[in-house]
Amino acid sequence: MTILRPKIKVLDEEHKNSILNEAKQILETLGIFVENEQARELLRNQGVNNEGLSFFIPPDLVEKCLQSVPNEITLYDREGEEHMTLKDDNVHYDPGSAAILYLDENSGETREATANDFIRFSKIVGHLKYIEAQSTALVYQDVPKEAQDWHRLYIALSNCHKPVITGTFKKESFSIMRELLLSCRLSEDDLARKPLAIFDACPSPPLKWSDLTTQSLIDAAKSMIPSEFVSMPLAGASAPITLIGSITQHCAECLAGVTIAQLANPGAPLIWGGSPAILDMKYGTTPMGAIETMMINLGDVEMGKYLKLPTHAYMGLSDSKVPDAQSGFEGGMGALLAGLAGVNMVSGPGMLDFESTQSVEKLLIDNEIAGMVKRLLRGIEDRGTPFALDILKDYSETEELLSHPSTLNLFRKELFIAGPIIDRMSRDAWNNAGANSARKRAKIEAKKLESKPAIKPIDDNLVKELKLITTTHLK
Amino acid sequence: MSIEKLNVEISEAIVNLDKEKALELAKRAIASGLNLLDVVEHGFGEGIRKIGDLWDEGEVFLPELMLGGNIMQEAMELLLPHLKEHSESFNRGVVVIATIEGDIHSIGKTIVGTMLSANGYDVHDLGADVPAEKIVDEAINANANVIGVSALLTTTMTGQKKVVDILKERNIRSKFKVILGGAPVSRKWVEECGADGYADSAVDAVKLVKELSSSK
Repeated sequence: MTILRPKIKVLDEEHKNSILNEAKQILETLGIFVENEQARELLRNQGVNNEGLSFFIPPDLVEKCLQSVPNEITLYDREGEEHMTLKDDNVHYDPGSAAILYLDENSGETREATANDFIRFSKIVGHLKYIEAQSTALVYQDVPKEAQDWHRLYIALSNCHKPVITGTFKKESFSIMRELLLSCRLSEDDLARKPLAIFDACPSPPLKWSDLTTQSLIDAAKSMIPSEFVSMPLAGASAPITLIGSITQHCAECLAGVTIAQLANPGAPLIWGGSPAILDMKYGTTPMGAIETMMINLGDVEMGKYLKLPTHAYMGLSDSKVPDAQSGFEGGMGALLAGLAGVNMVSGPGMLDFESTQSVEKLLIDNEIAGMVKRLLRGIEDRGTPFALDILKDYSETEELLSHPSTLNLFRKELFIAGPIIDRMSRDAWNNAGANSARKRAKIEAKKLESKPAIKPIDDNLVKELKLITTTHLK
Repeated sequence: MSIEKLNVEISEAIVNLDKEKALELAKRAIASGLNLLDVVEHGFGEGIRKIGDLWDEGEVFLPELMLGGNIMQEAMELLLPHLKEHSESFNRGVVVIATIEGDIHSIGKTIVGTMLSANGYDVHDLGADVPAEKIVDEAINANANVIGVSALLTTTMTGQKKVVDILKERNIRSKFKVILGGAPVSRKWVEECGADGYADSAVDAVKLVKELSSSK
């Protein structure tokens, strides 16, 4: 039994209440900019006032819509088996999604990705114990431009059994993606009961829901496919410089999303998430590894928990261009803080360079980090008294406790078993093994994993069906 | 049951760390009058080698390695009295092993001792905090082939060199292979001491002793 779950908090009840009230006030007085006609109609039907495309959502409507959002979401794998539940302080990791560049660990070059890179990436994700979900992590250039979003879901489903975090780049793609998902289920009801994918819905800061992202939100809601808000206030540029101001803006943008989705289909599953950042005041960049970025994320997630919703955050990323020391400490800090905050879905592993570059080496390093965090979250466990007395009594007999039954029975539970990326060898053993850095060890491990047989091989008929859908739509 | 089938079962029992089954199979081998040398080599020996391989692959960890070794030792206690007439050909060699004076860290040494014993060596474990002179004396008394000296501290590792120096002083250096162990030990230190080798793990220590024994 865990004695205490290690936790972190950045807001108190009073401030959470103030943030929520002010966010509602923002929606009521400043309004939200809604580009999508279907959403506008939903709001107009509720009597929501507007000036042009700005809609002034009253607090009672927001409150009503919050009531119908489910508090938890269980995701199922490709084969329909229960895989993970987003609720309470459960923590799950998935690779940061939609990188436009790929760090090729063989050449050391950062380049545009290809479909083959993503096939390999998906296969590797299938083997990573602590990365429980996959994502459409790479945007590759060797497919027609109009297929660039949905084709990734085809590759992901064909090569990895884990639930997928994905999204659309254009409105028309949703139906194709839904078709791909349906091929893994018996019926539409079956897909609604056993969600396999989460669709990212990204409002534009400040306070704007674009046509594309709103359509995805509405389409997903109608099919009971979970949507994940990726609200991204940029503190000091498109959001207030104060962390609390950015958290409030994030709250308002997400509350608008809640309202639209619940009006489209009450009870539609939603995840309170985001990818906020600060603006780097020297380079004008959006550092995901900045401590303040992580702090905004923590505040956002606390607000989600305050509203009893499943949560998400973009954490565990680094702005470094290569998996180096910066990548390790930013990735490690982010993943750890996300764990302590109990973020249900942490998107970020593998990601470098402001969410632009995926690296298999970093992904494998992050898998170990995630494993360590999960161990931490289990905390110190009470396994019954006496804690040590009886074990120590036995010491004199053998003068060691390595062969003690308690060690044998519990070492795999008490200890995180470090994978091959973490070096705990003696110096000589390390020298003999090639004197490799963590990055090099990750590269070697990736090679092993890419050719390892899948944990859950895909059914032949499903392969054919996914392929058929894909070829039909590529025509 | 054929001896081949029994050996497979024994090997599996060792790999599964099923002590009860392993000991029961040892008794059955004795009762059936089977070639016990074959059973030790291809049944138990095979099992312990497999455990070593699994450790190499990161599937098995030290507590399991130790348990495997302990099961093997208990099985050998049952089998040895019946192996008397073959003991010459069975015994791979005598190893005297100890943690050096001033150092009370015994775990590494104990794991190595257990694994060597599980692999057919007659291991004399002198314990921890043992003076260099005593290690040499015991090695002579036991007619050892190999002396293993462990040290965990940089402050006590000088004692490892002392063991080699005493052997040289007494002009008996060539009679023994001396192996060193412990966290601070490196190849360079082994050379400095004039010792014969060291290993990074218990599994590698067994390989090292086998190599040194065959290079005699």
